Amino acid sequence: MKELILILVASAIVNNVVLSQFLGLCPFLGVSKKVETAAGMGGAVIFVLTISSFVTSVIYRFILEPTGFSYLQTIVFILVIAALVQFVEMFLKKQVPALYQSLGVYLPLITTNCAVLGIALKNVTNSYNILQSVINGLGTAIGFTIAIVIMAGIREKIEYNDIPAPFKGSAIVLVTAGLMAIAFFGFSGVI
Amino acid sequence: MNKIVERLQNGIIKENPTFVLMLGMCPTLAVTTSAINGVGMGLSTTVVLVMSNMLISMLRNIIPDRVRVPAFIVVVASFVTIIQFLVQGFLPSLYSALGIYIPLIVVNCIILGRAESYASKNPVVPSIFDGLGMGLGFTLGLTLIGIVREVIGAGQIFGFQILPLADAAAEKAGYTPVTIFVLAPGAFFVLAVLVAVMNVLRKKAEEKGRPLPAAQGCLAGDCASCNMGSCTGKSAAVNEVSGDTAEKKE
Repeated sequence: MKELILILVASAIVNNVVLSQFLGLCPFLGVSKKVETAAGMGGAVIFVLTISSFVTSVIYRFILEPTGFSYLQTIVFILVIAALVQFVEMFLKKQVPALYQSLGVYLPLITTNCAVLGIALKNVTNSYNILQSVINGLGTAIGFTIAIVIMAGIREKIEYNDIPAPFKGSAIVLVTAGLMAIAFFGFSGVI
Repeated sequence: MNKIVERLQNGIIKENPTFVLMLGMCPTLAVTTSAINGVGMGLSTTVVLVMSNMLISMLRNIIPDRVRVPAFIVVVASFVTIIQFLVQGFLPSLYSALGIYIPLIVVNCIILGRAESYASKNPVVPSIFDGLGMGLGFTLGLTLIGIVREVIGAGQIFGFQILPLADAAAEKAGYTPVTIFVLAPGAFFVLAVLVAVMNVLRKKAEEKGRPLPAAQGCLAGDCASCNMGSCTGKSAAVNEVSGDTAEKKE
């Protein structure tokens, strides 16, 4: 139990997926203009990353490893993730329209997210078992949500500030991300 | 021959993936802690890019249009797996430095972008050189960013001490490294300055009437352009959706 909590905290805060590993940078910069949309994106990432961690981990444990095909992990994972996101989208559309309304638009953007593949591969390199993988995926996604929501909050304020012309747009967002990364760096002593 | 030179120039200078198109930002930020890592990552990507461009160009008339993106991904992922094992076997120190970012070459926008926009429409030889030019341009970008970060963050270039370090104990004056630049936050700051410089250059070029090619990918706020979203052959839907989010953001 203690070990699982450690994985959760480490993946959510200490090794924040965006701010210290640079995975999932695309949605972090692209969908962080408003807190509302950022939270929606975060929710979708939590949903997909948890499921994909489970599925890829099961596939690795029960199919790739016993048959000795573990070297195919990159190819298998990327195809599985792409199909999975598509499947989740169709399932939500049919069965849970309310959830689809709030998360649906973000789902296709998530396949773009290298965090999903990155975490699947990390689960394998860290030789996590299935439960640990799911917790790692969940923690990573929570970390992503924390980062993107904070970023969106800051960006809403930045809108009204006077920024030097060359830094307008994505440059000032990157400076903000850098400052946030310094703040998150403070957590590195926690574990 | 002209075409080959033109492709190389296009990749290295005119449409440099790092400086002009701003693609592949995830590895750019992650691995440029030193110049040598930048070179390693750049060259690995170059090899994948050349091989995948070549194979995709050869297969361009065989792959049905509807399943082209999954097919491209399988081709790219196969070459990435090969490169991963070659680096692991022959350059173990580089492998441990780059770690997870080698398999993540698969989701690098540059590779799928070139497959989609060039290799799938052009003959083999120009495609190979298009890949080579883009790859070398990417290597150049990563190396330069790596050099900047290494000099500021450690006073070194390629591991050689070029700025003598200060030593308080011996009361020796010298350079005090700004360690944050080889850590994660420094990557964001260096990229921010790069984007700002490019904004100025872009504006100047526009005033001269020779605008630079537009930035693509994440920094242009265009997540779906990386093609990964269209792996299931629904690129139109993705574009529609990202249009929706853009509207929602307004």
